Amino acid sequence: MSVHEHSASAGARAGGEPPLVELIGIRKAYPGVLANDDVSFSVRRGEVHCLLGENGAGKSTLIGILSGLVRPDAGAILIDGREVSIDSPRTALEHGIGTVYQHSTLIPALSVLENLMLGDTRRLRLDVAGARRRLAEFGEMLGVEVDPDATAADLSLGRQQQVEIVKALWRGSRVLVLDEPTSMLTPQAFAELEQVLGRLKGQGLGVVFITHKLHEALSLGDRITVLRQGRIAGTLEGKTLRAAPAEELRAAIVGLMFGEEAPVVTDVAELREDIERVELDHDRRRAAEAETVLELDDVSAPGHGTEPGVEHVSLRLGFGEILGVAGIDGNGQRALAEVVAGQRHATHGHIRLYDAPVTHLSVSARQKLGLRYVTDDRLGEGTLGGLSVSLNLFLKRIGQRPFWRFGRMQRGPIEQTAGELVQRFDVRTPSVSTRAGTLSGGNIQKVMLARELSFDPKVVVFHKPTYGLDVKTTATVRDMIRGLARAGGAALVISTDLDELLEICDRIAVLSRGRLVGIVANEPGAAEQVGRLMVGDAAVEAAA
Amino acid sequence: MSQLFWTTLVAAGLLAGVPLMFTALGELVSERAGVLNIGLEGMMLVGAYCGYLGAYYGHSVWVGYLAGMAGGTAGAVVMAVLCVWLGLDQIVVGIAITLAGEGITSVLYQSQFSSSQPRLGAPPVDAVPLLDRIPVLGKPLNGQFPLFSQPMLVYFGLAFAALLAWIFRSTNVGLNLRAAGEKPEALDAAGVDVVRTRTYATLSTGALAGLGGAYLSVVGAGGFQPFLTQGQGFMAIVVAMLARGRPLGVVVGSFLFGTTISLSPVLGAAGVRNIPDNVVHMLPFVAIILALIMFSRRAYLPPALALPYVRGAR
Amino acid sequence: MAETTLPAGAPLEPAALALLRARVATRLLDVGIRSLVPVVLALVAGGLLLAALGRNPFTFYGHVWDYGVAQDNWQQSAVSMVPLLLIAVGLTVIFRANIWNLGYNGQFALGAALVAGYGPTLVDRLPLWFAFVLLALLAAAVGAAWTLVPALLKAWYGTNEIITTLMMSFVGVDLADYLIKGPFQDPSIRTPQTRAIAFDKLLPPIPGTSIDVSLLVAFAAVLVVHYVLTRTAFGLRLHVLGANPRAARHMGIDLPRLTVSSFLISGALIGGAAAAYVLSPFWGYVRADQIPTYGDSIIPFVFLARLNALAVVPFVAFYAILSTGGDFAASQENLPTDFLLVLVGLILLFMTVIEYLGRRRELGSSYLPAGLVQALRATRRPAPKPALDERAVAASGVDADEGRA
Repeated sequence: MSVHEHSASAGARAGGEPPLVELIGIRKAYPGVLANDDVSFSVRRGEVHCLLGENGAGKSTLIGILSGLVRPDAGAILIDGREVSIDSPRTALEHGIGTVYQHSTLIPALSVLENLMLGDTRRLRLDVAGARRRLAEFGEMLGVEVDPDATAADLSLGRQQQVEIVKALWRGSRVLVLDEPTSMLTPQAFAELEQVLGRLKGQGLGVVFITHKLHEALSLGDRITVLRQGRIAGTLEGKTLRAAPAEELRAAIVGLMFGEEAPVVTDVAELREDIERVELDHDRRRAAEAETVLELDDVSAPGHGTEPGVEHVSLRLGFGEILGVAGIDGNGQRALAEVVAGQRHATHGHIRLYDAPVTHLSVSARQKLGLRYVTDDRLGEGTLGGLSVSLNLFLKRIGQRPFWRFGRMQRGPIEQTAGELVQRFDVRTPSVSTRAGTLSGGNIQKVMLARELSFDPKVVVFHKPTYGLDVKTTATVRDMIRGLARAGGAALVISTDLDELLEICDRIAVLSRGRLVGIVANEPGAAEQVGRLMVGDAAVEAAA
Repeated sequence: MSQLFWTTLVAAGLLAGVPLMFTALGELVSERAGVLNIGLEGMMLVGAYCGYLGAYYGHSVWVGYLAGMAGGTAGAVVMAVLCVWLGLDQIVVGIAITLAGEGITSVLYQSQFSSSQPRLGAPPVDAVPLLDRIPVLGKPLNGQFPLFSQPMLVYFGLAFAALLAWIFRSTNVGLNLRAAGEKPEALDAAGVDVVRTRTYATLSTGALAGLGGAYLSVVGAGGFQPFLTQGQGFMAIVVAMLARGRPLGVVVGSFLFGTTISLSPVLGAAGVRNIPDNVVHMLPFVAIILALIMFSRRAYLPPALALPYVRGAR
Repeated sequence: MAETTLPAGAPLEPAALALLRARVATRLLDVGIRSLVPVVLALVAGGLLLAALGRNPFTFYGHVWDYGVAQDNWQQSAVSMVPLLLIAVGLTVIFRANIWNLGYNGQFALGAALVAGYGPTLVDRLPLWFAFVLLALLAAAVGAAWTLVPALLKAWYGTNEIITTLMMSFVGVDLADYLIKGPFQDPSIRTPQTRAIAFDKLLPPIPGTSIDVSLLVAFAAVLVVHYVLTRTAFGLRLHVLGANPRAARHMGIDLPRLTVSSFLISGALIGGAAAAYVLSPFWGYVRADQIPTYGDSIIPFVFLARLNALAVVPFVAFYAILSTGGDFAASQENLPTDFLLVLVGLILLFMTVIEYLGRRRELGSSYLPAGLVQALRATRRPAPKPALDERAVAASGVDADEGRA
């Protein structure tokens, strides 16, 4: 691939030069978890070193240590071979480490220029002219063009990320740390990012690229280090990466990432997919002709804050169907989920459940009719951490019999049914009275699923159902979704993880800037079509 | 309406509006930085009492002003330590500061002065030459002093409001403040100490509120009474909110609400009598509520307002 | 992430049970200490202030005890406890929803003015108990009505209720004073106050004491409110709203309706407090510009009690003693009664500091008896939530999970 070629030509294989940054024997523990266990890691001039690992492997902690947000319990950090102590983001910047975090640190209400000038405390007056010049220079160097006066909130996500990269380099950083930068990028934006990184390497910078996606690491990395459960599982050097065939590399990395669990993995090893696809093809064709259970007819709903709403969305969900909604994050997904669930008011259009209009029904009324919503915001919206698991299971049924009679809480039925649900959905908890906030992410998700998938669900909206979950739980959740469909229900799966949608959905719709720009049947070639739709190519509509 | 009426309107609006303006400017700084200062009433009151003490013992309004600023800052220190440093609930601490402030000033005043209740003399007026001949806006009439015949501090205050606008727009300090209120994580990631920024903001607020209170007791009332501020600290919070982060808006809003606070002389000048005191007294609050009903949807509040910043928290 | 291997619902082993009991006991002790220490600290600080003012703190507090408790004075304290308790309960309800009803002074004043204004006529014309009930309902209605504007503004537009309730409070107090000086003025005297209701037409005492029956009503109200908050659907909805408004919306809770109803209930209880105040044998009338501002003083105790209606009773009793005894003690020492306001402010301040220290020791939600989870496994916890959530979570959590073993 092109990136490998750059790496060779930039002559970045430092002979006797110390690496730009080196971490030795880093250890960081949180209550109950050893996030980083004796981790050693380095970045050389002119290389992209990819840090690969599943969620929970300890990548974020390592990044936090590099960027000064977290102090390690033990271990050393060396810059250019000298040991330093990084105790704050300011120190990290002073040592030349610039970080682009996973969650945007741009201030939406300020302009690009103001965002860039932030933190420069040398002079009282803001040097606006100087900043403009600098931005233009960076633009040239990176090959991107950014309007300095644009409000950060108005920029596309790809542009925002470019601004963040400029910001990370603004104070003369020599090491750029990118934390999962591609989760919200279109294929085009990814290509642009590759180019930018290539140019940075040419300038002699070192790049640390954190990801959990195998193909990205293979595409970009000069070195790949795999983290698993807080420890370094292995490193693949440039020589190996260039020499070995792709399949072998993939297998090696998967082995490092998952150890003995590798056979269970579904999404990274693209092997099972083919088998499954054949099986499901038959089912999908059946679903296509089924009756409509959920229909959105020209529905519009307003946005919230910086997130856009949806406009004139029409779709149909059939009996036993799993319909995916793909799209870059922040294109109206939340508005879509909430308007279907009843949390957001539709300003236009109609929603029908089994042909009955539900457009103006409240959330609880739709719940009772079988229309459910599994939100992506597990802790901020989906559960109440301070309440017991059993109460969380019935929070959408407050006041309903038999759990409440004449307004009075009935402990017996609540506990008993909770116990049954916990068993059925394999929620690992010491008891149903345990506070939900103490459960692991995967079990919290299972609690939410237990809540939404119990009592006769008919249509369930899933928003990022496996985000941040470990491999086993991810597989379990996907099975539940399939189970729902097989039992005659229907699922609307909204996700930014295209791989996931390709695995479980019958059809995939694409949401772009609040509009549904096309629906693609899940056949070979769907990925490319979806990608094009996301970017805004002429509508490729394929009726299932 | 006669010249007397308009002059009185301007004068009364200024008299009551200036304390409000200082306090509201202070709250503006706080709010932009993300700190909601419910304790403003307490700080203003402490400032009023200290201002009174300073002017009385120091025989000078300026000593009074400085003393007032010190008093207000003392209250702000409590806010800074408990809310900005320790991240405690800003509303609860604000209520505490207000109650304690009301209690302490009342107790201290009654201990020291309950028998004598000394009044301060009329404050010096620093008329602007030439401009003070303009009718309504400049010329004093019947004991009412309009815009160009105000004590020096008022001109400083107006200049300060303009300075503040410039600071927000074109300086580092201003940018940091705005970032602290919009998205403190971004400010932290940029290497600026969020806690320090917010602390400076909070202390400035205390100083300004104290100054407002001092002006109220020294110039406005010419003395002190327990609970002198009568809710003006809370009104200042509303003025700051409605001004959408702009100092100029604060100046205008303070003046408008000031006219409702000192409505009695205005009504008198308009020839309207026989309105019960209590009704006149309640009018500023009614005005605030009406303003909130009409404009609260357009009030701008920074997203990180009243949320303590803890590095690494999600 | 460590995961327990216990299947759900498995019975607990004796060792685990003992550990749980020990933990719960520690928790309760912890909560108890954290509720009392702020009070103690405030009394000490107040004592220092007294000393600075040249008074002997021990004498002062001694007087407080003498006039507040000793001999039969505790009955006097008990009488003053009634409006305090009702206001405290009214505030507990609304604070549980994380809504700040700071308009209690106005709600109380208007309730008192109306009861004092119409009281004399009604007790003369109607059967006594009927009049009492009618007056209580009138006061409750007025208190509730005075919350409507802030409630609707918040429900419809999200307008900050701190400011709106405060503004309405000032207007309410002014309006009450105006009514007292105007239509409700006692024509036979010059001081601005209402006609006094005849002593034999005020609330009768509990037999054997000089405490009027409204205390029993107040206790009943406490029990009812506590039950509603902890065992009913409405209470749970309130708790969810207070803990996390976004989650409340997600769960399908009708937020505007809940906001308004909790405001109305709060206002009604505060209005009821005003009725109890006016109709108590100690008063029977109200004087303009001197309507008590009980809410200001009782607020910290509502928080100290963790927004628990039952737990607030001893705190209110304490304050009743402090204020009854303190009023007399203050006049003995030639101090204004606003001194008590200082104590109250200090209690609030110390409370927040103690809360902070307590939270730090435990990494996470502080008041709940987390029970088994703590004992059986260590998990990685999210960073402590801001105080706003925890207060309401804490209070209800104690109730929702009590008795689970």
